[in-house]
Amino acid sequence: MKRIISVLIENEPGALSRVVGLFAQRNYNIESLTVAATDDATLSRMTITTLASDNQIEQITKQLNKLIEVVKLVDLTEGEHVARELMLIKLRATGAQRAEVKRTSDIFRGQIVDVSNTAYTVLLTGTSEKLDAFLQAIADATVLEVVRSGVSGLSRGEKVLTM
Amino acid sequence: MVASVASNGGGSWHAVDKWRELPPCPLRLNSVRRGFQVEMLSGADMLIRSLQEEDVDYIFGYPGGAALHIYDAVFKQNRIQHVLVRHEQAATHMADGYARSTGRPGVVLVTSGPGATNAITGIATAYMDSIPMVIISGQVPSHLIGTDSFQETDMVGVSRPIVKHSFLLRSATEIPEVVKKAFYIATSGRPGPVVIDVPKDITNPTDLHEFVYPEELVMRSYSPSSRGHSGQIRKAADILLRAERPMIYSGGGVVQGNGSPQLRKLAQMMNAPVTNTLMGLGAYPATDRQFVGMLGMHGTYEANMAMHNCDVLLAVGARFDDRITNTVSKFCPNATIIHVDIDPASISKTVTADVPIVGPVISVLDDLNAILETGLEGRSAEVNSALAAWWEQIAGWRQQDSLKVDLGDGSLIKPQQVIQSVYRATGGDAFVTSDVGQHQMFAALYYKFDEPRRWINSGGLGTMGFGLPAAMGVKIAHPDATVACITGEGSIQMNIQELSTCGQYGLPIKIINVNNRSLGMVKQWKDMQYEGRHSHSYMDSLPDFVKLVESYGHVGFKVTSPEELDHVMDEVFSLTNKLVFLDVWVDPEEHVYPMLVSPNGSLRDMWLGKGVRT
Repeated sequence: MKRIISVLIENEPGALSRVVGLFAQRNYNIESLTVAATDDATLSRMTITTLASDNQIEQITKQLNKLIEVVKLVDLTEGEHVARELMLIKLRATGAQRAEVKRTSDIFRGQIVDVSNTAYTVLLTGTSEKLDAFLQAIADATVLEVVRSGVSGLSRGEKVLTM
Repeated sequence: MVASVASNGGGSWHAVDKWRELPPCPLRLNSVRRGFQVEMLSGADMLIRSLQEEDVDYIFGYPGGAALHIYDAVFKQNRIQHVLVRHEQAATHMADGYARSTGRPGVVLVTSGPGATNAITGIATAYMDSIPMVIISGQVPSHLIGTDSFQETDMVGVSRPIVKHSFLLRSATEIPEVVKKAFYIATSGRPGPVVIDVPKDITNPTDLHEFVYPEELVMRSYSPSSRGHSGQIRKAADILLRAERPMIYSGGGVVQGNGSPQLRKLAQMMNAPVTNTLMGLGAYPATDRQFVGMLGMHGTYEANMAMHNCDVLLAVGARFDDRITNTVSKFCPNATIIHVDIDPASISKTVTADVPIVGPVISVLDDLNAILETGLEGRSAEVNSALAAWWEQIAGWRQQDSLKVDLGDGSLIKPQQVIQSVYRATGGDAFVTSDVGQHQMFAALYYKFDEPRRWINSGGLGTMGFGLPAAMGVKIAHPDATVACITGEGSIQMNIQELSTCGQYGLPIKIINVNNRSLGMVKQWKDMQYEGRHSHSYMDSLPDFVKLVESYGHVGFKVTSPEELDHVMDEVFSLTNKLVFLDVWVDPEEHVYPMLVSPNGSLRDMWLGKGVRT
């Protein structure tokens, strides 16, 4: 099952490598990982998506908690949550394709953030499923480059992960 | 001066001579702040002063270029003794033996590059057995990090999977706080090794900084459990009070957590059988009637049978290692499992616990004992008679006498006899270290440890070469105690160079070399699972160990006949001020039994002798 784990971790050199190293060392899987400093510059927040069984996710969260630099963590998938991802996609856009790409982008509420004679760069945000759907929808176009940010997420309602 | 530095030396020498410009005393009072004087120290002196603040009395190490400023600071003081080893791996094992036998953290000092990587095996050994250790490694100067400079290794990176935590120092001013944190992390919660990597420029003798050692630490991201959950403890007590076939399975956590008195009290109040893991030997006295022996791959018949048949299993400070469980799905099929451990990640990692309790062994067992003490008075007659029947069943399993030694025609010394002879000669009161292999299992099974911290072996990692340096660390910590290293001719050659260190520091340990001219445990597996094809498992060109140890200035004996064994053994242990190496030639065909049948076996599936199965 796909899980989304949010981790508050000391914003120190080497902290990220401990998290990544732990996943590699214990044979856990990382689907995506995002990390950046929070509003408190001493803390980073990571969002890790992973495929894991109930037993595995229990071990993953326990082992993450054992890392000295990890301050707090939560398995967002245990409760209601919002999770979004950002994608930039550069497409060949010439002739009839130009209008088609623009149209599809509008349907998905994407923005064209860069234009050249032969290519469009589309910015799209949403759930991972929506981004996947866009890629399917423009399957006929020539995709030149894709970059996805990986998932970021928060719990719904009053629940917060802070110090 | 340069020429006298050994192979791991090197580095840049221009900075080294600057010490001559400094006064010999590391303590300089030349700054006044807030009305009192503040010590101004170099990074190197701050590091050593910080170790002094942590009451470190011994450092085990080996110098080299990147550590030279630190070594100069070691030279200029005499509160901390430094032990110069012959190989950095041995330094870590010595610190490890020191830590296991005292409960205090072992401290290692090595240089960058090869010094650091040589220490890795010992750090991994300590990590697997949760041993408190602080490793200080020299690093190339900050500006050279990442440039593939001479003797540069990313120590923090290389050691990452085998440390509890690590630090790369970025400035001298953080030294006191980092050292304080390192010792706190290494010794608290589930203990483990902590690396401090120290770039050379940070220890520069000409850069002075204010030295104030912090009295308290604030770590928002680290707070090990200090008390077990009271509701869970009550639940555990209720289950234990109703247990008809209880079993206590105690591991290295009871030794490391100093919980032996609490464990003994609990077991005796409950009248429950106790088994210890390889790491837990001595936590419950081996000569007590409730002790059923070690469990697991080479556990006794009665211990493994009692485990398999119990209805309530109380696991304390043990981690359901694969050498204990055999096939996990067949492990203790009818038991309700209560698991006490300081590390939440150890609980339900391999075997799911019905009642998990996270906390230090002393406080959890104290709390549990308090409830049991009153509850036991009301234990039902039904439970009491079931318990009596349980003990009868165990007595039946004991009849198997699974540790009986077949002496054959009596012409060859059996390895088991060697351990029995050591046990007799030392009155069962020695610190015993071991290496890894058949001799380790024989020592664990035939030396009856009645006290914790007396049995010192590499259980988790299984590190050959551990025994000799570990014994040296134990001897340094306990100069008046008898310290025996039980080893084999394979293992001893992995760190035999330390015989030289023993000479330098006068460490009269006793080395018992159970010599079967082969890598015995490997050979046993080849016999049992590879139809006797002994692929690279024998020693074709052994040294004359007696001459070898004599060349280091020690005493050597060799014994080959069973009649002479006890007599020679007595002589070995009578030479209290000498390092004595006893080379015992034993039957090379002997196997360690019992042995669990694997794969797919349960704990009741054992080989009891060659071709003899349960």
